[in-house]
Amino acid sequence: MTQAALEARLWVAQRHSAMLLAVCVVVHLGVIVYATRTGLTAADLLARTRGSGIVAAFYGIFVAACAVHAPIGLRAVAREWLRWRGHSLDVACVAFALVVLAAGGRAVWAVTAS
Amino acid sequence: MRTAAFVSAPLSVRVWRGGARGAFASYDVPRRASQTVLDVVTHIQRHLEPTLAYRYACRVGMCGSCAMSVNGVPRWTCRTHVEKVAGAGRLTIAPLAHLPVIRDLVTDMTQFFDKWARAKGQFHGNRQRDDDVAQVRPDTPARRAADAGIECIGCGVCYAACDVVGWRPDYLGPAALNRAWTLANDVRDVAQRERLAAVAGDAGCHACHTQGSCTEYCPKRLSPTAGIAGLKRASARVAGGGE
Repeated sequence: MTQAALEARLWVAQRHSAMLLAVCVVVHLGVIVYATRTGLTAADLLARTRGSGIVAAFYGIFVAACAVHAPIGLRAVAREWLRWRGHSLDVACVAFALVVLAAGGRAVWAVTAS
Repeated sequence: MRTAAFVSAPLSVRVWRGGARGAFASYDVPRRASQTVLDVVTHIQRHLEPTLAYRYACRVGMCGSCAMSVNGVPRWTCRTHVEKVAGAGRLTIAPLAHLPVIRDLVTDMTQFFDKWARAKGQFHGNRQRDDDVAQVRPDTPARRAADAGIECIGCGVCYAACDVVGWRPDYLGPAALNRAWTLANDVRDVAQRERLAAVAGDAGCHACHTQGSCTEYCPKRLSPTAGIAGLKRASARVAGGGE
């Protein structure tokens, strides 16, 4: 893949993941407001999330969108501010994406596994 | 009475002297009606500081050679009235940002125009002199998009206003990308793939943050921001097709 094709595809991936994140953040904020306003305890929340395929799917998509979006943004920041270029930067960003995916996936698993 | 008093009060002008390392020198310049910033600089050079270096040619906003930083904002000085920018009677005039300073208010525009070449800013047609003249309808979306950016005079104001150029000196910049966008919408041009590859690579259109400073300060009221967004979409379409 040429550099131009890579940059163009990363741009598309970041824009599409941003669209998903916009929806996910709004829904997530709605859940937070609902949980705090209705006085749900941690146990109440876990009772609702454990075994829920919908919650697992929603937060799984949320985590995946983060894992795509954040590393691409960090890649741009690193290139601008650290003058970091080349293959090592791409490898580092992929590694960061995997860390986000693993950490987020573990959290989703923790609250949805029955 | 108030207007007359305002016009007669001298301007306090600070002008950059020297190269990359230098200092501001102060001058008092008499106010005149309809006075432009270029008039102020010319007055200083002709009456106060004969060694002051600055660049201008047409004086009517066509050539793009007189752009400078005026009170911290990049402007074309021949069309910038003092009255609009020196409310407190003070002017600070410096060379354009992001370009090497040759001396005083003169910058080296080499990198600026080299980037136009890097962005494949040259027209590449395939017609010969014996072929018919190409028929281009002015009301097509592509031609409208090209016309929207075609009046660039290459003054460098957008380049000096762009934060990304400051952060990434290798970034092609708004003017070169605007030029590429006008050619990307020129149906006669046959180097579209090469141009998209050139502008979509490292430090190309995808490095733009869409902050819009170029559009904000362009004296010709063009929108390089829109052109850069168009290049992003065009390159994504090509890359999405596996090319």
